[in-house]
Amino acid sequence: MSTIMDGLSLGAIYALIALGYTMVYGIAKMLNFAHGDIIMVGAYAILTSLQLTGNPYLAVVVSIVVCTASGVIIERLAYKPLRGASPLAVLITAIGVSFFLQAVAQLIYGSKSQSISLPDFGKVAIGDVKINVSTILTLVIGGVIMTALTLFVKKTRTGRAMQAVSEDKGAALLMGVNVNRIIMVTFAIGSMLAAFASLFYLMQIPSITPTLGSMPGIKAFTAAVIGGIGSIPGAMLGGVLLGLIEKICLSIPKIAPYTTSIEFSLLIVILLVKPIGLLGKKIREKV
Amino acid sequence: MALLEVKNLDVYYGMIQAIRGISFEVNEGEIVTLIGANGAGKTTTMQSIMGLVPIKHGTVTYNGQDITRLPGHKIVHLGMTQVPEGRRIFQQLTVHDNLLMGAYTVTDKKQIQRDIDEICTRFEILGERKNQIAGTLSGGEQQMLAMGRAMMSHPKLLMLDEPSMGLSPLFVDKVFDIIKDYHESGCTILLVEQNAKKALSIADRAYVLETGSITLSGTADELLHDEAVKKAYLGA
Repeated sequence: MSTIMDGLSLGAIYALIALGYTMVYGIAKMLNFAHGDIIMVGAYAILTSLQLTGNPYLAVVVSIVVCTASGVIIERLAYKPLRGASPLAVLITAIGVSFFLQAVAQLIYGSKSQSISLPDFGKVAIGDVKINVSTILTLVIGGVIMTALTLFVKKTRTGRAMQAVSEDKGAALLMGVNVNRIIMVTFAIGSMLAAFASLFYLMQIPSITPTLGSMPGIKAFTAAVIGGIGSIPGAMLGGVLLGLIEKICLSIPKIAPYTTSIEFSLLIVILLVKPIGLLGKKIREKV
Repeated sequence: MALLEVKNLDVYYGMIQAIRGISFEVNEGEIVTLIGANGAGKTTTMQSIMGLVPIKHGTVTYNGQDITRLPGHKIVHLGMTQVPEGRRIFQQLTVHDNLLMGAYTVTDKKQIQRDIDEICTRFEILGERKNQIAGTLSGGEQQMLAMGRAMMSHPKLLMLDEPSMGLSPLFVDKVFDIIKDYHESGCTILLVEQNAKKALSIADRAYVLETGSITLSGTADELLHDEAVKKAYLGA
């Protein structure tokens, strides 16, 4: 029971990060490998503002603002000039941005890990099992954010424009959509979700290093591909699935050491059996 | 004054020149058609006007305003839009959401609702399939949707790129009836077509495009009776 809850909440974290990968891929058709490092940016933002103000709630707000702003600035400075360039150039740039962010963090904070003390919400008993309140918070807030995002994309003018741009940039432009603005909004939303992921991650593992974002970033990317890159429900499903598998594997002592290899093997299996991912859309040939 | 004026337009794809200094104009209230064979540069011309393909030299003026370097989405806000070649409806959105996308530049929600109702009366099939995913419509129905979607923005100038392409004869007639109807309701039309006979039958004036240059122009009537046009495009 508590393993399942832990798995779901880790899954929510992966899903939040995976959404950033998948939305940016869907709309800008690029893999933003610097996305995982936004989590690290968010973590240091929480750390610094917590040290300065001592107010954890303010720190969360600061972290969300810093992450969103970094996402937008990175897109503007690093990716926008490459619009129309070959996908490989964009991909390499994204990897470069990832190294850049890690190096900057190392310059400012050093490479040693720093611990952070977030408020402890304690545990509650559900039936016989005790569950961390932070786990439940992660699940509930993660669920609310993902529902809100789904409604936003489906029901609002900007959300519809995002779907339109993701399908056909030229046709969206003919509707009067400012494609560059929509791409910017997408980066902003993705990075904001990463800020939440960062907070929930720190609630589970309260130590920060400049490479903190790499592993959850890669796992979440795996989740996005398993779910079907470009698909929003796919990213959510992939994230939750991967989180559950990870926690279940870790709870069985004999399997635990192989957890990460099992997760990535799952990716390989999915790519072999259903290359578009579980909920991926077939790419239609243009008539 | 011409509503749309294209002057000495040059368009390149890499090193290859696709459009060679063409000039033409569309006056308010007219139906003007560009006819020509496959690869003559008709679609390129249309796309370059909307900023989808960069213009090397020349100017495009709309309603007295130079729009040569204006981003495409801003051009739409000025009251001109295009039904692109191959329709390019949003396949994964519903018919209703496609129409809403067409109204992206309209801010009045009541107006949008009225327009959707009107489009659904004009194109009954769209009314019946409002909540269907657009990709599941037939080719003809998708063309109706593409035209309805463009009408949602209340264009003063509507450009249509090969609206009859790949449609059954029944739908071809329907498409041309709709264009005529819409023109009578006060919209200026620029029509690109391979089906020269049909296009000339509803147009006021026409230009013939051959390998990137305009080789002939005149009233639709003149071109319908021109021997060279008859031979090359009308199959007579």
